[in-house]
Amino acid sequence: MQTRRIRWHIAVFLAPAVLVYTAVMIFPLFNTLRLALFTEVDQTRIYVGLQNFRTLFFDPIWSEQFWNALGNNFWFFLIHMLVQNPIGVALAALLSHPRLRFAALYRSAIFIPTILSFVIVGFAWKLILSPLWGIAPSMLDAVGLKSLFAPWLGKEEYALTTLALVSVWQFVGIPMMLIYAALLSIPEEILEAGEIDGITGASAFWKIKLPLILPSIGIISILTFVGNFNAFDLIYVSQGALAGPDFSTDILGTFMYRTFFGFQLQLGDPHMGSAIAGAMFAIILVGVCIYLFGIQTRMRRYQL
Amino acid sequence: MKRKVLSLALMGTALATSAYAQEATLTIESWRNDDLALWQEKIIPAFEAANPGIKVVFSPSAPAEYNAVLNSKLEAGSAGDLITCRPFDASLALYEAGHLTDLSDLEAMGNFSDVAKSAWQTDDASASFCVPMASVIHGFIYNKDAFNELGIEVPTTEAEFFAALDKIKEDGTYIPMAMGTNDQWEAATMGYNNIGPNYWKGEEGRLALIKGEQKLTDPQWIAPYATLAKWGAYLGDGYEAQTYPDSQNLFTLGRAAIYPAGSWEIAGFNTQADFEMGAFKPPVQNAGDTCYISDHTDIGIGMNAASENQEAARTFLSWVASPEFASIFGNAVPGFFPLSNTPVELEDPLAKEIVGWRDECESTIRSTYQILSRGTPNLENETWGASVAAIKGTESPEALGQQLQDGLATWYAPHQ
Repeated sequence: MQTRRIRWHIAVFLAPAVLVYTAVMIFPLFNTLRLALFTEVDQTRIYVGLQNFRTLFFDPIWSEQFWNALGNNFWFFLIHMLVQNPIGVALAALLSHPRLRFAALYRSAIFIPTILSFVIVGFAWKLILSPLWGIAPSMLDAVGLKSLFAPWLGKEEYALTTLALVSVWQFVGIPMMLIYAALLSIPEEILEAGEIDGITGASAFWKIKLPLILPSIGIISILTFVGNFNAFDLIYVSQGALAGPDFSTDILGTFMYRTFFGFQLQLGDPHMGSAIAGAMFAIILVGVCIYLFGIQTRMRRYQL
Repeated sequence: MKRKVLSLALMGTALATSAYAQEATLTIESWRNDDLALWQEKIIPAFEAANPGIKVVFSPSAPAEYNAVLNSKLEAGSAGDLITCRPFDASLALYEAGHLTDLSDLEAMGNFSDVAKSAWQTDDASASFCVPMASVIHGFIYNKDAFNELGIEVPTTEAEFFAALDKIKEDGTYIPMAMGTNDQWEAATMGYNNIGPNYWKGEEGRLALIKGEQKLTDPQWIAPYATLAKWGAYLGDGYEAQTYPDSQNLFTLGRAAIYPAGSWEIAGFNTQADFEMGAFKPPVQNAGDTCYISDHTDIGIGMNAASENQEAARTFLSWVASPEFASIFGNAVPGFFPLSNTPVELEDPLAKEIVGWRDECESTIRSTYQILSRGTPNLENETWGASVAAIKGTESPEALGQQLQDGLATWYAPHQ
């Protein structure tokens, strides 16, 4: 009998990716989780087990900040789910309409903000909404609605929603493109068969297209979830590390940054920072697992 | 980025050539990116002319990010040879972590008073780890043209101050006061710690607070919040979203009449504003009261313990401690007042006016900086939020004082 040859080429081809990924992703991830189990006393690092997590969840000062950030994060995510994804689906449905003219132009125009840097988007919107130099107040003034203007980014009650909508503006192109691709892959015959049965127009969308693109919507939801719970840049750029006013825009990313690296007179605490990063990792992991095992496996799939 | 590449390249060549010649390149870490041109054009050439063989590169980062960036660089071993020091605990922590060298044996340290050195010493004053460079003074800068136009006298008491604000508001040409709450720190630094010393009597109150003899719920610590609460009405439309650069621009464009200031603004304002500016100190409650000003030891410079150019760095620090540097720096960066014992003649009229307050008033430093911001929650950061809440009127001064006191009492023994 011939012994099976070891297929070295598999290892050789995998090696670069595995090595690079391990060095820059997997090792830092586990090292961060390890760091969360330590604390520093008098310049020496000592092992404290889960003490940092106990502080984070049960110490009144820390837990108040943590739950505030987590709550804000859920609100941020909710706005994206309620605004970004339905608009993305609607835009894709419009774009895939065969008789729409200039579809390519709209498609590019809506997608372009996605490729802009957070910093540019943050600063641009901050300027647009500025009560002093922004065009938002003068535009509202031009249509006689000046009274509706408020310094949104400076008010506790509006700031987070405003930033979530800015983020929606930036990223609405992604669900649009994914759904658009899914819609294009629906064969004409199915729609024609539906038409023969009298299903046309809007009901064709609800009864035929939507069920067929549901898996794509699921993927988009999970991408949104991961993106939102990792979000940091937009808030940091527009509101700074203190995520003002009065922490009303503080999300887990900014809370982690502030704790890890310190802020103004507050010194950085890498160990508590790692504990927050660990909590973020756990939240995202749980969210993704719920989706993968709870929703995706039960979703009906149609063979096209 | 380009500058970083350049300085790396310079460092590379310096290392390569040091075997042949006595040449060293010193890199300075700083948060004063506003001063880049002044360092490059005035300060560094003066040093390099006197010390051939030592090259200096000034490499600043953004103020808000400086502490985080510096800590990461020091941990990673990639920080510059010279470190610009924040006052008190941020630098003390760096010293305790072994990142800064003890400079007590530096002969030129004798040029500074104990108060000047106190911001960069261990609690028992046994080791000094940064050479004091400058302090900043708080007060109000005003638009002289606007005051003349409206016939307003420079206010000295609180009643006069609010009367002036009322008059400006009534006239409507100018926004009475340029300040926003978006970035939060202005409300605390240029608000609370600007007007506060007059209430808590400067050092007397500050030291009593540290010893635990006074509490943040005492009337002298709450009253500044009550005064700040009156400010909201005089700030521009939408001040809630107004950022620090917005406020600077409002004032230098001549759209606002009064700017609650720190003296570090002078250099920038001189180049931006085309009207005449004056300054007045924080108004006292009753005419004739002793005035107190915040004369905050703000900036020092120390040596990275991991520096490969220790000798050159010491040479530079000795020069920084010399009267020559004090005179160049004080005049090149008006508004940063040298702390050296030798008096420095300042040329800038606004800077001269402000530094003159040192003779009329009692000096103190910001109340939250020494010791009180060591724990979590951090009193300085909490004060930012509290000052904003006071201006917006979202919370009563008493409630704010209680919150801060409760936070401080969770970790600071003298208040427990």
